[in-house]
Amino acid sequence: MSLTVEETKARNQELIAEVLEAYPEKTAKKRAKHLAVHEEGKPDCNVKSNIKSLPGVMTIRGCAYAGSKGVVWGPIKDMVHISHGPVGCGQYSWAARRNYYIGTTGVDSFVTMQFTSDFQEKDIVFGGDKKLEKIMDEIQELFPLNKGITVQSECPIGLIGDDIEAVSKKKSKEYGGKTIVPVRCEGFRGVSQSLGHHIANDAVRDFVFDKTDPDKNKFESSPYDVAIIGDYNIGGDAWSSRILLEEMGLRVIAQWSGDGTLAELENTPKAKLNVLHCYRSMNYISRHMEEKYGVPWVEYNFFGPSKIEASLREIASHFDDKIKENTEKVIAKYRALTEAVIAKYKPRLEGKTVMLFVGGLRPRHVIGAYEDLGMNVVGTGYEFGHGDDYQRTTHYVNDGTLIYDDVNSHEFEHFVDKIKPDLVGSGIKEKYVFQKMGVPFRQMHSWDYSGPYHGYDGFAIFARDMDMAINSPVWGLAKDPFAA
Amino acid sequence: MPQNAEKVIDHEMLFRQPEYTELFENKKANFEFGHPADKVAEIRDWTKSWDYREKNFKREALTVNPAKACQPLGAVFVANGFSKTLSFVHGSQGCVAYYRSHFSRHFKEPTSCVSSSMTEDAAVFGGLNNMVDGLANSLSLYKPEMIAVSTTCMAEVIGDDLDAFIKTAKQKGSVPAEYDVPFAHTPAFVGSHITGYDNALKGILQHFWDGKAGTAPKLERAPNETVNFIGGFDGYVVGNMKEIKRLFSMMGVEATVLCDPSDAWDTPTDGQFRMYEGGTTKEQAAAALNAKATIVYQGYSAEKTAKYIAEKGQEVVTLNSPIGVTGTDKFLKELSRITGKPVPDALKLERGRLVDAITDSQAHLHGKKFALYGDPDMMLGLTQFLLDLGCEPTHILATNGDDKWAAKVQALLDASPVGRDCHVYPKRDLWHMRSLLNTEPVDFLIGNTYGKYLERDTGTPLIRIGFPIFDRHHYHRLPIWGYQGGLHVLMQILDEYFEALDANTNVASKTDYSFDIIR
Repeated sequence: MSLTVEETKARNQELIAEVLEAYPEKTAKKRAKHLAVHEEGKPDCNVKSNIKSLPGVMTIRGCAYAGSKGVVWGPIKDMVHISHGPVGCGQYSWAARRNYYIGTTGVDSFVTMQFTSDFQEKDIVFGGDKKLEKIMDEIQELFPLNKGITVQSECPIGLIGDDIEAVSKKKSKEYGGKTIVPVRCEGFRGVSQSLGHHIANDAVRDFVFDKTDPDKNKFESSPYDVAIIGDYNIGGDAWSSRILLEEMGLRVIAQWSGDGTLAELENTPKAKLNVLHCYRSMNYISRHMEEKYGVPWVEYNFFGPSKIEASLREIASHFDDKIKENTEKVIAKYRALTEAVIAKYKPRLEGKTVMLFVGGLRPRHVIGAYEDLGMNVVGTGYEFGHGDDYQRTTHYVNDGTLIYDDVNSHEFEHFVDKIKPDLVGSGIKEKYVFQKMGVPFRQMHSWDYSGPYHGYDGFAIFARDMDMAINSPVWGLAKDPFAA
Repeated sequence: MPQNAEKVIDHEMLFRQPEYTELFENKKANFEFGHPADKVAEIRDWTKSWDYREKNFKREALTVNPAKACQPLGAVFVANGFSKTLSFVHGSQGCVAYYRSHFSRHFKEPTSCVSSSMTEDAAVFGGLNNMVDGLANSLSLYKPEMIAVSTTCMAEVIGDDLDAFIKTAKQKGSVPAEYDVPFAHTPAFVGSHITGYDNALKGILQHFWDGKAGTAPKLERAPNETVNFIGGFDGYVVGNMKEIKRLFSMMGVEATVLCDPSDAWDTPTDGQFRMYEGGTTKEQAAAALNAKATIVYQGYSAEKTAKYIAEKGQEVVTLNSPIGVTGTDKFLKELSRITGKPVPDALKLERGRLVDAITDSQAHLHGKKFALYGDPDMMLGLTQFLLDLGCEPTHILATNGDDKWAAKVQALLDASPVGRDCHVYPKRDLWHMRSLLNTEPVDFLIGNTYGKYLERDTGTPLIRIGFPIFDRHHYHRLPIWGYQGGLHVLMQILDEYFEALDANTNVASKTDYSFDIIR
């Protein structure tokens, strides 16, 4: 059963050759650059990334709108986010990402609502700027407690020459300097969600930071102020992370953007340190805050006790001895829990193999959590990663791991069919394909409606979920009992 | 410590532990700079008022929580209903990720579909190259027997011409000249998902009947005794289509279902993934021209298709999602009239059983007020069934229903003594519905999963009937059409009624005198 590293590498190279055979020549040449076998010691994973997906090939990727409205801006709870254009984009992304928040929806919070300009043909022909003005007026009247408005552009906006910047500026002035953010995240921009993250980050810079009245939110700084950057509070992830930072003695002044507020965004430049979980979607604004406001940032990983421990110490190293001592106490406090979780689940999961395909940080970040449970990740890839993601991945993956960038259904199905991992972790579009093949599966975007998975509290849920996915009796029933 | 390895605590209870509630309070008090609690309460109460309702109904530009999706979703539904057919959406790729996710969240099944992945350069130069490469890649990878093309709004705004593009792609050898590539322009800024269903289905029929985009002779109609069935966009297609086929078989009628995704979205877990399963074959689609008549079960889903078929000389019977006794009677009467075949005793028995079930339960439902929203056809079908049950469909709303639709619903209400105080709301959304429920409360709400927000905000118990249903499993496997389907709808309404009654009478020594064991 178990192959040597060299055998694994040869097998994986063979699989890559097999999937490429099915393509027309031109396409095969292009896809070949996205598939590789990791060689230990190399500075990256030897794949090209952040390149256009090929037409007619079932890519798993989304678009810039998804990256901005769906990921970065959507979770900011006290602002109204307008899906500007036809009805679909907002409809399909409505409340689908499980960005938990506390608030009175429809009154002072708006995350799980779908505000759309529902473009009609006349809006395409004559432009939608007048309609957008009216929409903002209607939002002001019917949702008076909103703290700001963002305009999340869908494809047509950039194609018909609408000036959402001018509308936003005019209306902001009319409403006494209200924060109104035009976001140029049309779905055709860039090659994936990734450009949408970047555009959304830039919009925070231009329309929040640069326009914030310094006297707006009275704020006493402390030496221990940090901001959580790049945690979308899926299933409560940011909360099960925040609790640890607070126990260390740090003061979390902002969450970006899960359960976040406009005031939190505005006050973030006052932080002493930005702690960055999803590097991919929020490194841009972190770099900006470092350059402009001198706020350093540090990446961390709150999946699984090994990485959590290392991350807590790394974060503490930016503060004084008091924080460092607290950190050791926090680690010690939770050790009993993590040891109990591992004692319970590791014997059931030891040696099990996993193949991942996710977005953002997860294709590398969750590997440690699986390893804490004795599991091995044998294949991984990013939906919309860049070169720097694959560089960072080298610190996580084993020699010989199969790497697939922007994998599509044809490739992924073939890899899984041949490698036969014990678990696949990917998204809703993949879930039922693999389950029908008899392969246990967990959605690793939405946590399959479970979570949180971050922090110590989240790790217990993670371990339990992986166990129930893999060790469910149903997989034994999937086989034909009548076969001779 | 909130978490526990022995009994792992999920999000539902984890965040109620004191460590977290304290965390929430501190965050709110120190960093959120939100509005004071009394202000929030004041505005919350105001949103429930008649004053708010009036302002809300004056909205002209903003749509909040609509009950509709966009055209290409319907086109993907249609492509999925044809045998070994790949759905190919020309335009931005993110849209396709959304359609696939949306269907998979509802059906809990895979949904295959590709995009031509147009980006900025295509926005400038047009998406021809994407079509040329895309068709070639799709054919070699997924080996479909047909590729059904539709469009996202991006391709529509820049004016890509599918007919010309597909012809050019064939000239360039992307797919063989005789390969079937039916197409439909499906702009998201016109109509809704049901319009996309209509356009896509018409596109496929046109392809086969009208000479395959100039590559084959037009077909000549040679009438026979078969009947075509068009279901329309239907979240219950898995259950409904099997039921409809059973009814046809009981009637002894040879029927062709045009667009049947009921197997594609109902494949087994047995170790094998089936990308294609079931569906209307190309031969069936072509031969459907010769049918004696076509029954369109949801007329608003197939307005142009119905007109097109009628122009070919077929009789077209248009229904509006008949549900329950009267509805199913109408369907079967039409089928019997068209075919000259009588309704068999076995079906009369089923009918009698549904009537029997209603008589058993009607006393509980009579006079109860309902609010309902959804696609225009389903609203007509449900309204009729509620009237049959003696219920009052007080608020009937469709975001994608127009004034003509409203008049049709009004006619149903006018024909019934209980319809007097009921109202129809075309082109309205769920934020309007929220005002209706707050100002003119009803006993129950019927709608899709998003109705749960209305249930939370207004306290109106939700009966989940519609599309999408994301937060309950397997509803789509059971029919809501036919007498059997009527029974399921009746049971769903009754289940919620009894649940609500029990929940309202279960406080020990206070309300539990009414906590009856027999109801």
